[in-house]
Amino acid sequence: MDELHKHSVAELAALLKSKKVSAVEVATRFLARLGGNPHNAFLDINSEVTLAQARESDAKLAAGTAGPLEGVPIAHKDVFVTKDLATTAGSRMLSGYRSPFDATVVARLRQAGMVTLGKLNCDEFAMGSANENSAYGAVSNPWNTAHVPGGSSGGSAAAVAARLTPAATGTDTGGSIRQPAAFCGITGIKPTYGRASRYGMVAYASSLDQAGPMARSAEDCALLLSAMCGPDLDRDSTSLDVVAEDFSRDLLRPLARAGKDGGALKIGVPRGWLSELRDDVSAQFSDQLQSVSPLADMRIMSGVQELMRQGAKLIEIDLPNTALAIPVYYIVACAEASSNLSRFDGVKFGHRAADFADLTDMYKKSRAEGFGQEVKRRIMTGAYVLSHGYYDAYYLQAQKIRRMIADDFQSAFAQCDVIAGPVAPTTAWKLGDKADDPVASYLADIFTLPASLAGLPCMSLPVGLGEGGMPVGLQLIGNYLQEAKLLNVAHQYQLATAHHQQQPGAAA
Amino acid sequence: MALTPQDIARIANLARLELQPEEGERMLGQINAFFDIVTQISQVNTDGVLPMAHPLDAMPTMPPIHLRLRPDVASEPNDRQANQRSAPAVERGLFLVPKVIE
Repeated sequence: MDELHKHSVAELAALLKSKKVSAVEVATRFLARLGGNPHNAFLDINSEVTLAQARESDAKLAAGTAGPLEGVPIAHKDVFVTKDLATTAGSRMLSGYRSPFDATVVARLRQAGMVTLGKLNCDEFAMGSANENSAYGAVSNPWNTAHVPGGSSGGSAAAVAARLTPAATGTDTGGSIRQPAAFCGITGIKPTYGRASRYGMVAYASSLDQAGPMARSAEDCALLLSAMCGPDLDRDSTSLDVVAEDFSRDLLRPLARAGKDGGALKIGVPRGWLSELRDDVSAQFSDQLQSVSPLADMRIMSGVQELMRQGAKLIEIDLPNTALAIPVYYIVACAEASSNLSRFDGVKFGHRAADFADLTDMYKKSRAEGFGQEVKRRIMTGAYVLSHGYYDAYYLQAQKIRRMIADDFQSAFAQCDVIAGPVAPTTAWKLGDKADDPVASYLADIFTLPASLAGLPCMSLPVGLGEGGMPVGLQLIGNYLQEAKLLNVAHQYQLATAHHQQQPGAAA
Repeated sequence: MALTPQDIARIANLARLELQPEEGERMLGQINAFFDIVTQISQVNTDGVLPMAHPLDAMPTMPPIHLRLRPDVASEPNDRQANQRSAPAVERGLFLVPKVIE
């Protein structure tokens, strides 16, 4: 029983199905690991709720009505609303908030049989890249507790890496699944925009927000993604009207036959993203396309070489507007955030100031007290770029460049099947290092933002340790609806390598 | 073109945020640092490029998006108590706000 936490989602599902272990035993084992809230990863834990779900799962397993992941534990990023657990989105604004309903993603995973272990810490309203913007304290990286876990799904990544849960949900607006997955040495995937319902996901930037799973392997992510996705047409106006898929179906396809028309997989590596493909073209790019730190760069290139060893072909591609993704993303996301977060007015839910002169004063004081610095900054930035006289120069121009970035990807995918590159320019930095310099933190999002703006599926998988002995992630980007292809490539990599099985000392 | 303290005050009012003086000052510096990296977008030639509001708008295989409407029937149960559970001030099923009209 003591070793239960070391099993993957797939292994736990099999153990539960064959009745070698009960859902209550599994839940009890994981709950025991949450004592003292290691890494400050969790924001709400309720063992009664968890054990009640586990008992339900045991009954279904006994009755033969079990779902595909019956009894396997999962924890949810705190931006997914939950009926039976508090939902704060990492904000003081929603301290103690209880939703009247479950998010669609939460409900679907429960329907597939998963047992909720609790809610996971994150940057306030998912705004951040280090999880230091949580009103409930930073999360530490299990590989080295002096370092950040990445963000905004930092609690999710830390909890999976520390084996506090076999799986977690995350959300990715500009990299919030991929970057913390990379920083904590786990696997995470953001599906095509519209694959997973946004119903019950606390909104940050609605044209970018997308849910996805975070776990220890591509195999586990495929199982989780299959349970999470599918049309939710009456509840999410941007939910894709595309039938639910079994994302595990192509996992075993060899890369030599994983390309279009059954040929070798073609991997596009954008010129300028890695040092080997940098020299001749670096002049084309602004200095904002910062180079990847040497050891991380080497690990990522080795990852690509392993895929080539398995029969994939490397092709150099161009994503010429990469550096523009930073200003474009932060204009679009802040504009949408300023609009979305206007709902927090202290009337129907959320924080209300104790003293105020009139209604306007109540709004201003409640919002001033409820929101943290980064959230206020993004609301202000968004309100500015949308304000009279600036809309065309900033917001509209950003939307036009957004289309150019999306078009660049379509040109690239005419030549290749998947794109590979870095997730982040460095490994996880030290807690506090970028806390006072928001722009430095924005610049580090360079490699995750382009795919987010285009709405493409993309993932991160561990490819070894880089600077400071901290994990490095390889990013894979696919064309629209090509999640199964990404997971195929990642699984083939993980069948031949052991980087995804490396775990921090804290997880033993 | 840098923002001024007056811009910060104007936007804070539009965004209904009460900023303390030192908070506004720090934000001015940080937002201006952000706009330093934004200026490059004005150099980009976007003549004839359609603004992209949404990823579905860029998916070649998707039909063009239109507003999807659901049938105009009640789909949610009336669950006033649960819906008001997290309200700051409620009386007899009504949300309370300060007096708006004298």
